[in-house]
Amino acid sequence: MVFTTNLTGYQEVFTDPSYLGQIVVMTAPMIGNYGINDEDLESTRPQVNGVVVRELSRAHSSWRAGGALDDWLARRNVPVLEGVDTRKLTRHIRSAGAMRGIVAEGSEPSPQVKAALEASPHMEGQDLASQATVSGERLVGDPGARHHVVAYDFGMKENILRVFTSLNCRVTVVPAATPAARVRELKPDGLFLSNGPGDPAAVEYALPVIRELTEGGLPTFGICLGHQLIGLAFGGETVKLPYGHRGGNHPVRDLETGRVLITSQNHGFAVRGTGKDVPGAKSLEVTHRNLNDDTVEGLKHRELPISAVQYHPEASPGPHDARTHFHEFLQALDSQ
Amino acid sequence: MPKRTDLKTILIIGSGPIVIGQAAEFDYSGTQAVKALREEGYRVVLVNSNPATIMTDPELADRTYIEPVTAEWVARVIERERPDALLPTMGGQTALNVAMALAEDGTLAKYGVELIGADQRAIRMAEDRREFGLAMHRIGLRVPQGMVVGSPDQALAAIEAIGYPAIIRPSFTLGGTGGGVAYNRAEYEERIARALDLSPVHAALVEQSVLGWKEFELEVMRDCRDNVVVICSIENFDPMGVHTGDSITVAPAMTLTDREYQVMRDAAIGIIREVGVAAGGCNIQFAVNPTNGEMLVIEMNPRVSRSSALASKATGFPIARIGAKLAVGYTLDELPNDITKTTPASFEPVLDYVVVKFPRFAFEKFPLADVTLTIQMKSVGESMAIGRTFKEAFQKGIRALEIDRLGWVTGATLKDDRLEGEDAASLKAALRTPTPERIFQIKRAMLAGLDVSEIAECTAIDPWFLSQLAELVAAEREFAAAPAPDAAAVRSMKRLGFSDRQLADLRGMGEDEFRRQRWALDVHPSYKMVDTCAGEFPSSTPYLYSSYDDENESEPLGEQGIVILGSGPNRIGQGVEFDYCCVRAGLAFREMGYRTIMINCNPETVSTDFDISDKLYFEPLTVEDVLEIVRLERPRGVVVQLGGQTPLKMAKALEAAGVPILGTSPEAIDIAEDRRRFEELTRSLGVAQPANGTAMSEDQAVAVASRIGYPVLVRPSYVLGGRAMEIVYDEPSLRTYFETAARVSPQHPVLIDRFLEDAFEADVDALCDGRRCVIGGVMQHIEDAGIHSGDSACVLPPYLIRETEVARMREHTRQFALSLGVVGLINVQYGIKDGVVYVLEVNPRGSRTVPFVSKATGVPLAKLAAAVMIGKSLDELAVPDEVAMPYVAVKEAVFPFAKLPNVDTLLGPEMRSTGEVMGIADSFGMAFAKAQVGADGALPLDGGILVTVNDHDKPTVTPIVRRFHEMGFRILATDGTARYLNARGIPAERVLKVHEGRPNPADLIVSGEVQLLINTPLGKLTQRDDYFIRRTALQHRVPYTTTMSAASAACDAVLALRSRRGTVRCLQEWYQSAPGSRAAPGERRTGAESEVGQGALRP
Repeated sequence: MVFTTNLTGYQEVFTDPSYLGQIVVMTAPMIGNYGINDEDLESTRPQVNGVVVRELSRAHSSWRAGGALDDWLARRNVPVLEGVDTRKLTRHIRSAGAMRGIVAEGSEPSPQVKAALEASPHMEGQDLASQATVSGERLVGDPGARHHVVAYDFGMKENILRVFTSLNCRVTVVPAATPAARVRELKPDGLFLSNGPGDPAAVEYALPVIRELTEGGLPTFGICLGHQLIGLAFGGETVKLPYGHRGGNHPVRDLETGRVLITSQNHGFAVRGTGKDVPGAKSLEVTHRNLNDDTVEGLKHRELPISAVQYHPEASPGPHDARTHFHEFLQALDSQ
Repeated sequence: MPKRTDLKTILIIGSGPIVIGQAAEFDYSGTQAVKALREEGYRVVLVNSNPATIMTDPELADRTYIEPVTAEWVARVIERERPDALLPTMGGQTALNVAMALAEDGTLAKYGVELIGADQRAIRMAEDRREFGLAMHRIGLRVPQGMVVGSPDQALAAIEAIGYPAIIRPSFTLGGTGGGVAYNRAEYEERIARALDLSPVHAALVEQSVLGWKEFELEVMRDCRDNVVVICSIENFDPMGVHTGDSITVAPAMTLTDREYQVMRDAAIGIIREVGVAAGGCNIQFAVNPTNGEMLVIEMNPRVSRSSALASKATGFPIARIGAKLAVGYTLDELPNDITKTTPASFEPVLDYVVVKFPRFAFEKFPLADVTLTIQMKSVGESMAIGRTFKEAFQKGIRALEIDRLGWVTGATLKDDRLEGEDAASLKAALRTPTPERIFQIKRAMLAGLDVSEIAECTAIDPWFLSQLAELVAAEREFAAAPAPDAAAVRSMKRLGFSDRQLADLRGMGEDEFRRQRWALDVHPSYKMVDTCAGEFPSSTPYLYSSYDDENESEPLGEQGIVILGSGPNRIGQGVEFDYCCVRAGLAFREMGYRTIMINCNPETVSTDFDISDKLYFEPLTVEDVLEIVRLERPRGVVVQLGGQTPLKMAKALEAAGVPILGTSPEAIDIAEDRRRFEELTRSLGVAQPANGTAMSEDQAVAVASRIGYPVLVRPSYVLGGRAMEIVYDEPSLRTYFETAARVSPQHPVLIDRFLEDAFEADVDALCDGRRCVIGGVMQHIEDAGIHSGDSACVLPPYLIRETEVARMREHTRQFALSLGVVGLINVQYGIKDGVVYVLEVNPRGSRTVPFVSKATGVPLAKLAAAVMIGKSLDELAVPDEVAMPYVAVKEAVFPFAKLPNVDTLLGPEMRSTGEVMGIADSFGMAFAKAQVGADGALPLDGGILVTVNDHDKPTVTPIVRRFHEMGFRILATDGTARYLNARGIPAERVLKVHEGRPNPADLIVSGEVQLLINTPLGKLTQRDDYFIRRTALQHRVPYTTTMSAASAACDAVLALRSRRGTVRCLQEWYQSAPGSRAAPGERRTGAESEVGQGALRP
């Protein structure tokens, strides 16, 4: 169970595969006001296991709306708890940490419900990426596009593909467990490692693949889980944050320019760093830090054209301040 | 980047008097800015003509100039103080305009003063419609199609391209003054003429109408390293076409998807960069087409604004404070978030509650004004409410307005809701025109069975908002019909924001009875924190609001706590001056070791700055809301005497509920307010009182009036600001009064006083500890009796009243204070006629004039009152008796007439001024002259004077006109007046009256031949003439006086202005000039310091 402080973008949150298997508490008190539309989906279905809100709006209004949130969640069997003191719950999660949760009927948990909760897995050690990933390869974008990017899908948000295609790229989306050899066959101009749910440390199978594909100088860019995997692949460590970062207002400093970006975030784990260094990973350098808690928000390789950010430059939901990272990646492709 | 060290002295310009469109929000922002810069070690020089503000408290800035906020006078301050920089963004449009004028006339360059926060280029780009449109085009954004015109001919060409309806916006006016919508050519020509006239640069924008589009605002901040954050989004409940100041507004935006919000955010960031606000904040308005999402940029203000004050209160992010720090070189990431204290200011606040702001109007005081809400702002104040849902905040916001509706309830009569009928056709017709009552018409429409889509079609209000309201109507129906409601039912209604009164009415019982039942069911609110981060980080700043949710986050302070009840929304008669009293006293309590708990619901004010008190409850000021807070806090006491009528009228109910009231007892307040008991007291003290009586019915009133003799002054009891107060000369007029102005009943008695014609009036403010009473000041009104004291100019010390009479007033004041057992402040009003001192009114509470007296004399009355209220004696505090002032302070009232066409400018017993200014100088004439400049009525040094007065005033006006004549003024007069003057050897040129032909006085005003108008009403026949002349003078900014005493004062002032150049001095210097003063600036007044301490406002 986690909370997110996004004021807008509930549809994007619920369909973001990084939320797979989670019960999400919305700190924004009025949810559903503008309904649901076909355009703001980050995947084909809700990924959350449950939604907790202070008030679910029965009416909605937007020129783009195609239906009510209430019906949409109900049709997909996502339980919604409404009328909850979500602020109390948020403060609880803040002090006790993100925790396991269960949605059930009644005012007191029954022994069966308690048992089910006890039986549910902890987030640590869980490889959810393999559940969230695509089942087979998927081609996106204009075949004649300028660049070809292979994107490892660990639970990728749809908007990442929208951004790539809008920047004149075609993308081959590959499943999380795709071997390096297959990627080489695809002859990409660049490699992308997506966001996704679960504990990065449990996605061990990706680490040698990443090392192998990048060693020849293939420009590589990672977001969120992809960022954590790059950290791990080069010897770094990830830690579970007490209650994570979820929302659209997190300030991040670019250590090189000193500039502050307001970023969209959704992660429960982070790469460990001290100063500009990543313990265990001499080849990596910290490029961005969170101004609230000083956690690592961005990495680059000291020699190879590899960079990654912990936050979501594709936004959706959230601010666009970090969009430039995509342009930086494309510049790396251009300079190949 | 750390702060700049090349700057030492920084000048801040305030916004001057409170006017429609520029109110207490600039006291809030200015005060924050002064504090923020002083804590960085800068020497801060402040100029503001408004004595009612906190920012002009002499303890706040290093040098406090209460001088006119005009380029000419501010230049004199610059000449004297030689500041390194000028921060022009904290004092609204007024400060921005003055700064621009000083930049353009070379003053800033001459004295090497740098504009910080926003430079000349950025200000011009934001303000000049054409430049702004081009800038938007450059960054790929669209503005409504529009053309800037400088003449009626250009305007006619423009409308060909733009078409009707068209929006007309004059350039460089505040609050949209002079703006309007034109649906046809006649309207268009009229509005264009007015707009060109009102624009200081004689230009106006003719713009494509986007009436009915959705309206949004974003508050944006940028630092010198180009970091940009959006502090708050605001969505207007009322669509485009209603000025945002007059709209119900909601934060955060309710109906935008993330995709659309981010597009708007990107646009906002692009705009602040392109316009080039280098370090500070701005406000940007957008219109969105509800059918396809098309977005237009409406305007941008490169400064703090009413919206930024609202956004600061709505989010907890202190925009003005941070803006001031950015202006001196800090970056956002270097500054802490003042609420969490652990995270930086470079973030975007998130809300886990909903904020609703309601405008407060004063049309009851202007019966002839057009109540249609349009693009020119007409409201005089606002309330803000915080709830966990829109519905909760919405209902709290209405009850916070203090308009006798404790929530979203329909009026007692159709007329109260400005409706002709309740059938669908009448309702729809009414709904199509926005007025202050439209929100209640919507409820009537829903009750009458109109559905959301029909109402949306008529109002263009987003159906989402209307659906929320429909849910309230449904809940009410269910609650009213249910058998005895249980705790769950009551709680669910409270969660929708219903007040006890509303629910009691639905159940057909009394409010107190309902509350007892609710308490018996143990249904109470919990208090949640406004923490900028939706609970993500721990926060230590107790800025709180109520909701009926599970967890309470408010730790009660108990006996250490003192609750101060604020004054609620600004309105005519109750404004920033009461906020001054509350804040000043609150700081004093803190200095004495108590912890203060402020309750208020006005987002504009300093009192609702979370920084000012130990705890802030942003809550409506009703008995219910206060009782719940007191129930939790169990404070040592509650202060009711500083927030005006709002807390005072709750005093009895609070005391009855067992709430300890600090200071003067509610019993004493009741004696002063209850006519019968007050008369007994007056008689027992041997103080003269005008003959008077109380009436419970119209016939009784007629009987009382004929007993005491006409003219009489009638008014309802328990009012502030002379609401529905009138001077009545005969019985028919008295009967008309009851038809049009006031109800009379045993529950609503009216008071009738013999009116003292041609009497002097005076106000006395004093301080009493129950044993000793100290006079703060005796203020003589410039206008005669009959003009409301809040509308009359006044002078301290008195200049025409004899010393024996002044002494008698002092003595009477002491008698009243001691016999009432006043502990705290008292204000007494007197009339002086034929050597007799009559008491007109006793108010055992802080008065409107407390800040003026405090600023003029340097004695901090409200601060001392706080000490007295917790049991200190005046002797202990070593409060000196009335200070001798070797200088003169004049207070002048400021009126909203320019914003309200069709309203007569004649003064009367009903207060209509929105604000005040002070002039301070070593002579009466110069002080009065400064006050006039400050009030935007600068007096002429030469030229023509038009005199048209009634017979009664002719003898009085003659010596005044003679003096003007001797100074070389050309005298123009209408027939009777001209003959009268000529016969007395004053050459006066005769001018035709309006109904006699042309050129008439109005023509002469328009053609610039008149520089001052002296006009008193001539009688029924010429009423229209007089009205027309006064309105013409107003429109053409020709100063005018409608009383003889003001004409005489104007004459003194002109004489003073002609004899020497006006000089400026700061308060700190004036105080030092007082005899016996040995204190350094800001450290006046003897032993008070040791007890009350100093410098609470100092960082």
